[in-house]
Amino acid sequence: MSRDEIRQEVQEIFRDIFDNTSIVIVDSMTAENVEGWDSLTHINLVSSIEKHYKIRFSLGELDELKNVGDMLDAIGRRIKK
Amino acid sequence: MVLLRKKNSIREKLLSQSGLLEKRIAVLGGSTTAEVVDQLEISLLGRGIRPLFYQSEYAMYYQDALYPGEELKAFKPELVYVHTTAMNIAHFPAMGDSVQDVEKLVEEQCNHFRAVWDGIEKHFACPVIQNNFEEPWQRPLGNLDGSDYRGRTRFVAALNDALAREAQQRKPLHIHDIHYLAARHGLDRWFSPRLWYLYKYALELEMIPHLAYQLSAVMAALWGKTHKCLVLDLDNTLWGGVIGDEGLHGIRIGSGNAEAEAHGALQQYARELKERGILLAVCSKNEIENACAGFTHADTILTAADFTAFQANWNPKSDNLDLIAGQINIGVDSLVFLDDNPAEREIIRAQLPSIAVPEVGSDITDFVRILDQAALFETPGLSAEDLKRVEQYRDNAKREIQQAQFATYDEFLGSLQMTAEIKPFDDKHLDRITQLINKTNQFNLTTRRCTEAEVAQMMEDPHRITLYGKLSDKFGDNGLIAVSAGKITGDTLHVELWLMSCRVLKRGMEEAMLEQLCKRAVQKQVKTIVGHYIPTLKNRMVADLYANFGFVKIEESEQEVTWALDVSRGLPPIKHFIEVSHE
Repeated sequence: MSRDEIRQEVQEIFRDIFDNTSIVIVDSMTAENVEGWDSLTHINLVSSIEKHYKIRFSLGELDELKNVGDMLDAIGRRIKK
Repeated sequence: MVLLRKKNSIREKLLSQSGLLEKRIAVLGGSTTAEVVDQLEISLLGRGIRPLFYQSEYAMYYQDALYPGEELKAFKPELVYVHTTAMNIAHFPAMGDSVQDVEKLVEEQCNHFRAVWDGIEKHFACPVIQNNFEEPWQRPLGNLDGSDYRGRTRFVAALNDALAREAQQRKPLHIHDIHYLAARHGLDRWFSPRLWYLYKYALELEMIPHLAYQLSAVMAALWGKTHKCLVLDLDNTLWGGVIGDEGLHGIRIGSGNAEAEAHGALQQYARELKERGILLAVCSKNEIENACAGFTHADTILTAADFTAFQANWNPKSDNLDLIAGQINIGVDSLVFLDDNPAEREIIRAQLPSIAVPEVGSDITDFVRILDQAALFETPGLSAEDLKRVEQYRDNAKREIQQAQFATYDEFLGSLQMTAEIKPFDDKHLDRITQLINKTNQFNLTTRRCTEAEVAQMMEDPHRITLYGKLSDKFGDNGLIAVSAGKITGDTLHVELWLMSCRVLKRGMEEAMLEQLCKRAVQKQVKTIVGHYIPTLKNRMVADLYANFGFVKIEESEQEVTWALDVSRGLPPIKHFIEVSHE
């Protein structure tokens, strides 16, 4: 799966969770840029991603997810395995 | 999963419904409650309730219950949900503990929660829903944990037993059985150590919608929103086969093979629902003779007499369901419809969307479990009235037959030999009065809901007149079926509550209650009785009640109509055929 395909899918997840069909995600995006992205919504976001891809981030990886780009990379690494 | 991911758009859709009942709920958590509250909101909205929430700061349930801050006090919760779990058990037994030490530990843990419930009672005097404890996720003693006196699973069992006993004594306390929920879904699905360490969620996110579904059913039942009647199809539902084609000896019921046994289990389950006060009805596409014949089968568990309504014909089932609701005098939304035929289920869902139609699938062996888990018949408690309900409906049927024999309605009423007890609220009837206030929707002038504590306060208030009414006749006892209450300011009595079970409509109980209310008002030097009618979707039948009794309309708006009756020159002429005992 290409990084761009992952981006498309993760964007759908963002759009569902934030109930906003016009969100466009970019690598540099962080919680500061999206209204409603707080620590509690972050949990739902990560959980939805894990469920969608049937993966589980390690505790260490979760700490390293600083922006959307990090998330896409982490997903890419996990689904290759 | 959809409920987790798309909750925001689902919530928006549900919020656009009309007629939502607003309720203030305080969620006091022993762990993270954010997702619990979000899912609970969606579940409650689906039941026609719009919740406003207070959430305690992380794990501050104890502090909030005993020392509520200004925000919680100003919130004035109508209900408190204590979201604790086995992760909040302070101490499990230690290996060095004696049997007495372990007993003391159970008592200490209970006292901790007793202090929470006492605090809530003191500050808010509202109902409390308290989670019990799920099985512990680790067992250092391994299998022995379940039997050794120091074992954790034994400890949890002792705690849960203590909580259950406490709930039997404390009226406002309701136990939410997460022990059962977790067991049903499986402990491994229920609890994730990872989620606990990371975010302090005491249960997996995927389990939260299930928790919310069950919890919202319990809450809705507290507010009178629960189902009252199970309507059953016959062929391939209550028995195997189609009786019209295969005849009485061809259908499968009871024993002999798996299919017969599975249908027998459904009949048995329906009977047990009946035993606890849920009405049963039949809605079948069959000749009536064939439908009735099925219940003469040697292995049948249900008989025709178990059903309060029985429609077997070739008319559309939606028409029959409307008819059944009308016959029983309950709202169509109080019905649950069980049918093996997916097409029938879909039609009913489309045409009567307020009826609950569990998706039972196509395998009879699943039907009971799916119906059971749908939590459609939750109730905060069982009253003596509940246990006698089916019998009371049967007595009513006899009254109807009697009515057909009289030339005038007045003669019929006279023939019933009705007696009533109409007296002020008392301790003995407190919970039935509260139950009636909270679940009566049609003959209800103000639809004002009250907690038992509020009803008790009304009872004690010298500036209030309170009345309950019990009605009997030669066919049987209807039980406590009417409530009237009002507050006196100056020389005016404002009627805040007037409600009555539809089972006893137009027998004269309306007149008898009003007569007693007027008598007592005049005794207290009241000169004017003011009646309030607050229209809802369900109480149109009483829109003209005050007018019919000679009250004069004094004010009218969309939300409320106010009526007044001058009693300064004596009571209005009120006629009825009921012998009332009121001392």
